Amino acid sequence: MKLKYSFLFALMLAFILVLAACSGDGGADSASSEEEDGVEEEGDAEESDDDADSEADTEADGDQVLLFARGGDSESLDPSSTTDGESSRVTVQVLESLLQFEEDSFELQPGLAHDWDVSGDGLNYTFYLEEGVTFHDGTDFNADAVKTNFERWSDPEHEYGFADDNYVYSMYGTMFGGFKGDDGHVIDEINVVNDHEIEFVLSQPLGFFLQNMGMSYFGITSPAAFEEFGPEINENPVGTGPFEFVSWSKDDSIVLEKNEDYRIDGLPHLDQVVFEVVPDNAARLIALRSGEIDIMDGLNPDDAAGIESEEGLELFTRAENNIGYLGFNVEKEPLDNPDLRHAINYAIDKQAIADALYAGYANTAKNPLPPSYMGYNDDVEAYEYDLDKAEELLAEAGYEDGLEIELWTMPVARPYMPDPETTAEIVQNNLADIGIDVTIVREEWAPYLDKTMDGEHEMYMLGWSGTNGDPDYFLSSLLHGDNIGSSNREFYENPEVDDLLDEAKRSVDQDERAAFYQEAQALISEDSPMVTLVHSTPVLATSSNVLNYVPHPSTSEPLTEVELTN
Amino acid sequence: MFAYIMRRLLMLIPVLIGMTLITFSIVHLIPGNPAQVILGETATAEAIEDLEETMGINEPYPIQYGIYVTDLLQGDLGTSLRSKSEISSEIWPYIAATFELTFFAIIFAVFIGVNAGIISAWKQNSWFDFLAMFFALVGVSMPVFWLALMEQWVFAQELGWLPAYGRENSRDPIAPITYFYVLDSLIHLDFSRVITSLRHLVLPSIALGTIPMAIIARMTRSSMLEVMNSDYIRTVRAKGSGQFMIIYKHALKNATIPVVTVIGLQTGVLLGGAILTETIFSWPGIGRYVYEAISYRDYPVIQSGILVIAVIFVFINLIVDILYKLIDPRINY
Repeated sequence: MKLKYSFLFALMLAFILVLAACSGDGGADSASSEEEDGVEEEGDAEESDDDADSEADTEADGDQVLLFARGGDSESLDPSSTTDGESSRVTVQVLESLLQFEEDSFELQPGLAHDWDVSGDGLNYTFYLEEGVTFHDGTDFNADAVKTNFERWSDPEHEYGFADDNYVYSMYGTMFGGFKGDDGHVIDEINVVNDHEIEFVLSQPLGFFLQNMGMSYFGITSPAAFEEFGPEINENPVGTGPFEFVSWSKDDSIVLEKNEDYRIDGLPHLDQVVFEVVPDNAARLIALRSGEIDIMDGLNPDDAAGIESEEGLELFTRAENNIGYLGFNVEKEPLDNPDLRHAINYAIDKQAIADALYAGYANTAKNPLPPSYMGYNDDVEAYEYDLDKAEELLAEAGYEDGLEIELWTMPVARPYMPDPETTAEIVQNNLADIGIDVTIVREEWAPYLDKTMDGEHEMYMLGWSGTNGDPDYFLSSLLHGDNIGSSNREFYENPEVDDLLDEAKRSVDQDERAAFYQEAQALISEDSPMVTLVHSTPVLATSSNVLNYVPHPSTSEPLTEVELTN
Repeated sequence: MFAYIMRRLLMLIPVLIGMTLITFSIVHLIPGNPAQVILGETATAEAIEDLEETMGINEPYPIQYGIYVTDLLQGDLGTSLRSKSEISSEIWPYIAATFELTFFAIIFAVFIGVNAGIISAWKQNSWFDFLAMFFALVGVSMPVFWLALMEQWVFAQELGWLPAYGRENSRDPIAPITYFYVLDSLIHLDFSRVITSLRHLVLPSIALGTIPMAIIARMTRSSMLEVMNSDYIRTVRAKGSGQFMIIYKHALKNATIPVVTVIGLQTGVLLGGAILTETIFSWPGIGRYVYEAISYRDYPVIQSGILVIAVIFVFINLIVDILYKLIDPRINY
């Protein structure tokens, strides 16, 4: 009788073991390779082979399937209808823009347009389009298609604008000064010269117009697809890119396959790319180590050091393209006092924050603009950590007996601020050293954004990431007087700075623009509307089988040249 | 029996109305402006206002609730703000994923839990009993996320026996029909994929099923002990029945009622509470769906998701009640 029960348990155990054993020899290989570091690479490669053999009979030998794991799903595959990085990471594979960025920087290079002309007054842009390019649905790519796409974004009434379905092309509005009919909207006319030549006529010059043209948010969709899918275009992207869209299981995976007719011969190398959602950071790393995935985004900075020394894995960093900062509400007492703002600036130990919370994957910041950007002012003097100076300034400001300040802390982690809570505590300790008593205010993310926009805060934390590689996106968004009540949560308005930013925006001479931005940064540093904390470098890891992978600072890189070794 | 079921069904109506009211209120009491969240940190005040208008979130609450219920009655769960698609058309894969996971977790929990409980009762105070009850205690107190991470670490990373995440091999996806992947692979008569989906189920099912397993084991043990000491079992024993017959034919049936209650309740809890397991194992289930919606302030999805979970919970309770009556016709309400 006793045997019977033992039997039942044995059965259950056996079942689990059988399933486990079904992983084939690969499992054993990877396990043993864990112990023998030297052969791990080989073991991993073999494992993915075995997986393919035992579980995927349909796959021919040598098929290149890349699994890219990330923390969250895409919101929409109609890139301009969202500002979400997880969305453009996928759409940049499917849709192409007129221009493209270099693989590791925001330098422009040809995209769907092989050449372009700019008129002397900066008002006319002519793009010469690639010929013989077809969309994935077989229709021709031409100037009409470009025009349709731009009109759809700019005109809320457009038949393919899908405004009734809550589509908002906010990125278009931000980058081109609003929408059709708005005062600041810069694109006046779009003229189709012929099938492969298109002209944009601007109402006023825009210094970063070409940079915008390289953004993945403005990838060109097949007009026939708008007709076919209507508002469901966000789940059925059809472009000219290196990969074609196959399927999307929400919160699970997005499958793309090679575009056999891609406009560049011999590319892409991969047959299939799968973007998978693996929300848990630790699970993602385990999946990478066990060979289930090839690339993982969003590595914890603390895990990075380990990866570097691990056989079979590669560590990558993205270029600095963000700023994490502590903003003041300069309209409100007591922070309307510049001396107090300076004092706080000197009292905060930025290096300690970078070391403690970013595992060294961050550099302290002295400007709101990352150093790689055009017009970065390296002559601005940083507010070095200096308690004596801070106390002196505090006394000058009239607060020798100390004061109380509220600091609003972000409830969510962001690449530019991986641990907001602890950051706030470090700041609290730093300021306590000079007699400032900081109360930390906690608020949910959505109301946090709302209320800081309305100026309810005294001091708050936030950050900003670049999208088009232009300084305007940082400096104007964060500190131009026109953006008070939206992205300028400092309520900072200096007419001189505004003028400089406007001039820079209207100029098309990039050297001249750089000079304006440098001057603006000097003034901003003097006024000190924010404590610029750090520029972080997000880390990610891949398996060593992945070749030619170059992470782009925008977080969206085409995988056109990526290959897998087996 | 029929009258009983009908009565129970009628009783559901006020419950369901109450639930819509509660989900609606909770969601609207959450602070924060969804329009702001949708448009991101860069949004202008006008853009936010425009979007609020199109979304209808400026209307007074009673009007919004009225619209919500009218739509519900027409089978319209609303449109997701995030994906812009009909919730009714996108929710099924999530429900199926959760059902599949819960089903296997419960199978695991019941199979191990009931048998361990029976043996413990039968061999009361034996080493097995002590060991089983010790593990049951550990099982109840073990945090799910910790167990899940340990499983991944040992069985996926170190031993490489089982996959660490997901429902299928993404290099070779399953063509979904019902979205129950094991079933779908069976329909396709594709046994290698059946194995693949079962392998993906092992670790999350154990993580999810461990707590209910422990609860069921303890419940079965105490319930069995009570029954085994009762007079009628003594009679059966006196008649010379074998031990196996005594336990499985005579004792188990009477010991089952509280166990069925626990199983029913635990199934409901698992369906709604699988969020942690689903997140750690990247299981795209209903818990994840609602969780993502909450971080996005996707009101319609939060409402419908919670409502769907609540309705499932209520129906499971209904089934449990009906089962009582089948097991023991003396029970009346």
